[in-house]
Amino acid sequence: MEFLNTIEEISMDKFMQEVIRFKMEGWHVIQICAVRVDGGYELSYSFGRDYDMRTLRLKVAEDETVPSITQVFHTAYLQENEAAELFGVKIENIDLDFKGKLYRISRETPFKEKG
Amino acid sequence: MAKLAKSPWLLHYDGSSCNGCDIEVLACTTPKYDVERFGIINTGDPFQADILMVTGGVNHQSENVIKQIYSQMPDPKVVVAVGICACTGGVFKECYNIKGGVDTVIPVDVYVPGCAARPESIIDGVVKALEILEKKREAYAARKKAGA
Amino acid sequence: MVKEFSTIPFGPQHPVLPEPVHLDLILDDETVVGAVPNIGFIHRGLEKLVETKDFKEYVYVAERVCGICSFGHGMGYCECLENIMNIEVPRRGNYLRTIWMEMSRVHSHLLWLGLLADALGFESLFMESWKLREQILDMFDATTGGRVIFSVNCVGGVLKDMDQSMLNNILNTVNDMEKEIRPVTETFLNDYTVGTRLHGLGVLTADEAKVMGAVGPMLRASGVSYDARKTGYAAYGELDLEPVIDTDGDSFARCRVRINELFQSFDLIRQAIGKIPEGDISVPVKGNPEGEHFMRIEQPRGEAIYYVKANGTKYIDRFRLRTPTTSNIPPMVELIKGCQLADVALLILTIDPCISCTER
Repeated sequence: MEFLNTIEEISMDKFMQEVIRFKMEGWHVIQICAVRVDGGYELSYSFGRDYDMRTLRLKVAEDETVPSITQVFHTAYLQENEAAELFGVKIENIDLDFKGKLYRISRETPFKEKG
Repeated sequence: MAKLAKSPWLLHYDGSSCNGCDIEVLACTTPKYDVERFGIINTGDPFQADILMVTGGVNHQSENVIKQIYSQMPDPKVVVAVGICACTGGVFKECYNIKGGVDTVIPVDVYVPGCAARPESIIDGVVKALEILEKKREAYAARKKAGA
Repeated sequence: MVKEFSTIPFGPQHPVLPEPVHLDLILDDETVVGAVPNIGFIHRGLEKLVETKDFKEYVYVAERVCGICSFGHGMGYCECLENIMNIEVPRRGNYLRTIWMEMSRVHSHLLWLGLLADALGFESLFMESWKLREQILDMFDATTGGRVIFSVNCVGGVLKDMDQSMLNNILNTVNDMEKEIRPVTETFLNDYTVGTRLHGLGVLTADEAKVMGAVGPMLRASGVSYDARKTGYAAYGELDLEPVIDTDGDSFARCRVRINELFQSFDLIRQAIGKIPEGDISVPVKGNPEGEHFMRIEQPRGEAIYYVKANGTKYIDRFRLRTPTTSNIPPMVELIKGCQLADVALLILTIDPCISCTER
């Protein structure tokens, strides 16, 4: 059996629109992941519907802010907080923002530096 | 060990382990290994515990909890580090959020190796801890008698 | 009149919780009106280690994310890399993985049943469940040499084979266990005490479960037929498998789903042993990985998602693991709102939380 498992790049101006469309079509967030790349971050938002999975890939610069998707998918708050705390991604307006106090680690944004 | 001087009570705390050693500590109290036949009881209250078993390495957050639990236990007391992470930090030693073994925070009397520590070695560690506890108890009584 | 609420801390050390998790509960008398999860007591940061460890060595770190779901974590990481590097694992290797994975599920569900009995104050049932669980651990010991951490996965297959007598041995154990386990599961399903505590507690409808992103037994207990094993990784594509579902959506349904999954796992082990082909158990791996892949694996606690991004060197850029408990915490927090304080511990337990997994 083959199921959808795709990664689609998306630009910031279309991002929220796409997220809302996903919600309307009955997808839900299953995973949010940040990756440190040169000069910024790569954010992957994975949505699932039954056995299909589609991932939106958003590239952001280091000091660029990202809108939170918790207004659309409330339950994404844990993983958004995690990306903000461990990587230093600037995510705005998270519903239930822990403000860097989710894991309360001694070192700030450990994943920001490589190695 | 000819006989047990008393029925020691255990207190278990999960420093920042992977769960492997924790479920093995718990498995020690269930029918196959059954440390309870030695009169050992797993308690949740530091004020009534004689032996503190710590699994997993110590991180920034659990550091204070472990110190506090240790200070709440009455003298004489023995600390057993269960599993390689509790001994030295183990496979997580290089992680940014791991400080090292339990002995970076409180004095440790018995080190139980293994990843995960097997129930047999955990029981062995407890038996060793009992001997140390007995010695500490005698020393404590002697100090008391001398009026220190 | 201004209503007065009280906030009480729950955890990190709580008699019912085997692992540290903390909740701030806001109470109106005995009823919980709000809950804020507070995690981070066992965060180690081992995803970061992938940047400094050889990708073949990292399997052993991935397994140590959690000592209960260890086999699945190693397998998920390996499957990701095998997909990136286009490695075809030999069929025998895949079948061995399936057998070990299902054994892990049996041991995890029995562990959970024991903890549930303990939380209910049903000491003898706890001991019975854990006694049965030891039989599975003995089989793990005999086949891999470890009781909770196995280290038998490698990129390209598995490291240890089982001979026919060992397979027969597993088959006999499974057949015996299936008979011995009945009195225990019947007690869970029919006992008055268990029933009164669990029936109608924390009801999650199918729609809510989907929207909030519940996974695993929690999702299936609400009537949603989803099981990541149906995507056919390892040897699951060649075995008969229907997701175990229940329609009530309450704590009792979650308990019933896990019990039925025990029998499903016994059946899958039998099927796999009946069909296992002869041949190699692994293929040699050459070169370094380059690319990325998302992998969905059904762990005992629900679906886990593994992500690997490799850059062509022996060090990997990023390993990400979204564990079942991460997904199950938000619905759990919603369930807690409105329940009685005394039921909070039980509700936390019914999602089968694994904090080591969640915090990594």
